[in-house]
Amino acid sequence: MTTTLPPYEEVTTRYEPVIGLETHVELGTASKMFCGCPATFGAEPNTQICPVCLGLPGSLPVANAKAIEYTVLIGLALNCRIAEWCRFARKNYFYPDMPKNFQISQYDEPLCVEGWLDVETEGRTVRVGIERVHLEEDTGKTSHIGGSTGRIHGATYSLVDYNRAGIPLVEIVTKPVPGTGALAPVVAKAYVTELRDLLRTLDVSDVRMEQGSLRCDVNVSLTPRGATEWGTRTETKNVNSLRSVERAVRFEMQRQAAVLDAGERVVQETRHFHENTGVTTAGRSKEEATDYRYFPEPDLVPLAPDPDWVESLRGRLPELPAARRRRVAEELGASEFELQSMANAGVVDLVAATAAAGAPAAEARNWWLGYLTQKANEAGVEPAELAITPEQVARVIALVADGGLSTGLARQAVDGVLQTGDGVDAVVAARGLRRVSDVDALGAAVDQAIAAQPDVVAKIRGGKTAAVGALVGAVMKATRGQADATVVRTLILDRLGATE
Amino acid sequence: MPDNPPAVGAGGATAGVAGRSGITRDEVAHLARLARLAVSEQELDVFAGQLDVILGSVARVQEVAAADIPPTSHAVPLTNVMRPDEVRPCLAREAVLAAAPAAEDGRFRVPRILDEEA
Amino acid sequence: MSDELTRRTAAEIAALVAAGKVSAVEVARAHLDRIAAVDARVHAFLHVDADGALAAAAVVDARRSAGEPPASPLAGVPLALKDVIVTEGVPTTCGSKILDGWLPPYDATVTARLKAAGVVVLGKTNMDEFAMGSSTENSAYGPSRNPWDLSRVPGGSSGGSAAAVAAYQAPLGIGTDTGGSIRQPAAVCGLVGHKPTYGGVSRYGLVAFSSSLDQAGPFGRTVLDAALLHEVIAGHDPADSTSIDAPVPPLAQAARAGAAGDLAGLRIGVVRELGGEGYQPGVEASVREAVATLEKVGAAVHEVSCPAFGYALPAYYLIAPSECSSNLARFDAVRYGLRVGDDGTRVLEEVMALTRAAGFGPEVKRRIILGTYALSSGYYDAYYGQAQKVRTLISRDFAAAWRSADVLVSPSTPTVAFGIGERVDDPMAMYAADLCTLPASLAGVPAISVPCGLSEGLPVGLQVMAPALADDRCYRVAAALEAAAGRPLIDEVPPL
Repeated sequence: MTTTLPPYEEVTTRYEPVIGLETHVELGTASKMFCGCPATFGAEPNTQICPVCLGLPGSLPVANAKAIEYTVLIGLALNCRIAEWCRFARKNYFYPDMPKNFQISQYDEPLCVEGWLDVETEGRTVRVGIERVHLEEDTGKTSHIGGSTGRIHGATYSLVDYNRAGIPLVEIVTKPVPGTGALAPVVAKAYVTELRDLLRTLDVSDVRMEQGSLRCDVNVSLTPRGATEWGTRTETKNVNSLRSVERAVRFEMQRQAAVLDAGERVVQETRHFHENTGVTTAGRSKEEATDYRYFPEPDLVPLAPDPDWVESLRGRLPELPAARRRRVAEELGASEFELQSMANAGVVDLVAATAAAGAPAAEARNWWLGYLTQKANEAGVEPAELAITPEQVARVIALVADGGLSTGLARQAVDGVLQTGDGVDAVVAARGLRRVSDVDALGAAVDQAIAAQPDVVAKIRGGKTAAVGALVGAVMKATRGQADATVVRTLILDRLGATE
Repeated sequence: MPDNPPAVGAGGATAGVAGRSGITRDEVAHLARLARLAVSEQELDVFAGQLDVILGSVARVQEVAAADIPPTSHAVPLTNVMRPDEVRPCLAREAVLAAAPAAEDGRFRVPRILDEEA
Repeated sequence: MSDELTRRTAAEIAALVAAGKVSAVEVARAHLDRIAAVDARVHAFLHVDADGALAAAAVVDARRSAGEPPASPLAGVPLALKDVIVTEGVPTTCGSKILDGWLPPYDATVTARLKAAGVVVLGKTNMDEFAMGSSTENSAYGPSRNPWDLSRVPGGSSGGSAAAVAAYQAPLGIGTDTGGSIRQPAAVCGLVGHKPTYGGVSRYGLVAFSSSLDQAGPFGRTVLDAALLHEVIAGHDPADSTSIDAPVPPLAQAARAGAAGDLAGLRIGVVRELGGEGYQPGVEASVREAVATLEKVGAAVHEVSCPAFGYALPAYYLIAPSECSSNLARFDAVRYGLRVGDDGTRVLEEVMALTRAAGFGPEVKRRIILGTYALSSGYYDAYYGQAQKVRTLISRDFAAAWRSADVLVSPSTPTVAFGIGERVDDPMAMYAADLCTLPASLAGVPAISVPCGLSEGLPVGLQVMAPALADDRCYRVAAALEAAAGRPLIDEVPPL
């Protein structure tokens, strides 16, 4: 196993990546897929179970009509063909988080097939083919106890909670996507982002990756340039954020390139992504691929969605994200490129909402693409998850515009809102953030700055007026940025009897 | 096709059957592992012999020319049986955990899943 | 009086209780006494729930005292319930060690309907483990014995319920039928036993063996009793996606109409393929006589040929094991049931394998392995897939037969009750007991077994099959045969 990775930029000079994504979405139904237990997150372990989702002997599943409707909506939004007739199937394997030791899923008869989703990134549109969308039930959760990492390796025993078992899960599988070159990681991330926005718009799931209601596996293979056959593909799991999608694809490309460069073969396997280090490691080695012994689920009868009903659902599709972005861009007067930047950062709706709250579009855009994205990255969350609302951002922008806040003070105000959860005006008042331009208030600070740096004073008196910057800086520091810099500069020069 | 069903105990005779119909001891061992069934060496011998005979008999389904016959997975011609998305009462946790071989912290306790070397 | 009570039919007992001539508690006590007196020899029961039975009987009596009408036409009647059906708080083992001591936290729909009807469940009866077998010899708790001859099997897998009813421990029994497990025990015990149209009775709470074939159904000593019981348990259940959403046909009415004895206009088809080599001559003779009797009361009889029936056995022994290999995967030492080998050194997979090895008997293991094979990638098409096609052909044979026949008849099983121990070491010989019953199971059509005579002093059953949803036809024809015989065959069972 080679340990040095080739630089990313080199990888795509020698190899063509092919990517694929498998996404699991927990549907936001009230009850589980095959029983009436609540499908909510966060309850005490094993308090949301019944004979059906626990798989007790004698129990039988009954399909949730809303889950089926949501799946069809997803399929329609992804331009799929909806099956006229299909069945559920049993996927048989043993694992303690699966009460029946088979999962009710769909095999060769998925509910939706052959769709696509356009993904815009860096000025390009990539049409990602959708192979299938099917419906299945989620598993329970195992906690591994006794090891040092809380992971399954090294654990001495495990504990199982079946609250999640039976929650409706939609699996969306893309077709392989070639031709993205060096943009593969970015395209992968953009696809998941776009898909997430689409699912949110459809209101079928709360799609929170950190809570597990949106899960992603990334498939990556490399084809040597000029070769006709695609390379061996790996599947990487435990990709728990949009950023991780990009990092995992990128790492896999580099890792596989290193393997191929060394003349070795890429092993077809399932790998695990490590958030903290950004690397993938091999999962448990398996002697042979698992044979799930699929057969049609005898306890459920076939689904034959009524074509009229399907069409009525199509008529009820809301405005999808791509269309909405175009409309918002027009309303904001943003250029294609600006729209792209906002979409990539995931802030289109935030900018639009800030503008709707009264801020000038350009200011709204600058704040969200700039300081707020930076704060989001520092906190490791999406901009939409920051503890500040578009209305509050609009207020900050308004305060800057009326001269009450300098940019620096405005940032402090934003920090205050993020930290305390208080309103903008409350933070400004509490921290005394309003720009100070009162000459008397500044006098003491100016005198102190002058006294502290006699050499600079000498320079100024000697004609180097520009050196006043150091003294202005000192006053700004002493007043925690609240002083009006222009006024300070004038004050200092006056006191020193210097002129511009 | 024969008019009469096979005689009692006439298991193994499978003249003219398309496709192989034997099962080896190794295959039985492999299947037992897949099905999480520990089998002793002696059981393996007995099962392999019995299953070979049974498989030889059931393989007769291959005699039937059925290329264009659709398979039946459900005897009832029902479709679209569903329930509304409504919450119903759950089981009490104590009732469920009372039956568990081992429980801890409100959860089912199982021995470690992975071998230490894995 | 107590002895008398246990000799009564269910219909008679219900009438006595409704009229206040006897209390339900007295009826229950009489039957509990009978169980205590004979079950050491018959071993029909795995668990007798005396407290539960007496409490249920007391409720029936209280209703009557309060002037309320009976909860059903069977209120106060005792019943033996096959241990594959889940009963809340009452042990349910499915005849297996792996569920030894398991107390279900819920009731099957069948159980709930029996309770609501005021039927008094006396206890849970013995069965072949997880309903796999034709003799109860696969029970982990020892076989049940045929009241007609205690050295012989009572049939299976519902042998315990059949033995209980034939031993007068209860006038009613509930069994389940997947490949013949109600009809064959009924036949060898001299009882009436019916497998409903698939989907006619809820499977919710019926521990699954082969999901696309399993059906719960009634045992009675008379056709009317079985019909009355069938009406109590049948009907749509929203908890079972495969249950039929249609009104239950008037079965007791059909039984009464059949007992009037006129079958004019009814066309009976005798299935050619269900006879000949492997069938005892005495059984075939008895069946021929029964058919002649039906002709005498007006039916028109002709022979039909159903060539695909010859493939029913191999198809069944691929489909059922396949489904069961999946259905039984849940018994894994994690959530309930047996756990073996958890000494702190072993990984979960090993504990599961040891538990299942200790908890399952050889027939169950054989079928799990066979089913795993038949579903495997590379073998699916040739085995499970092909078997499902044979199933279609069998359904087509039935469809063709219904053009010229209203019902089809055959022996219920090729032989009379065989000796305990006679077939245990020869699986194929054991499977042959199902030859007659398998086609109706695979096609999902209703089929009843009704006593039609004795051969060598042992009961023979006639199987009457009808189109899907026409269960009433089965009861009508069975009742006509019973009426023509004058008195139920079971009256001739030797005293225990």
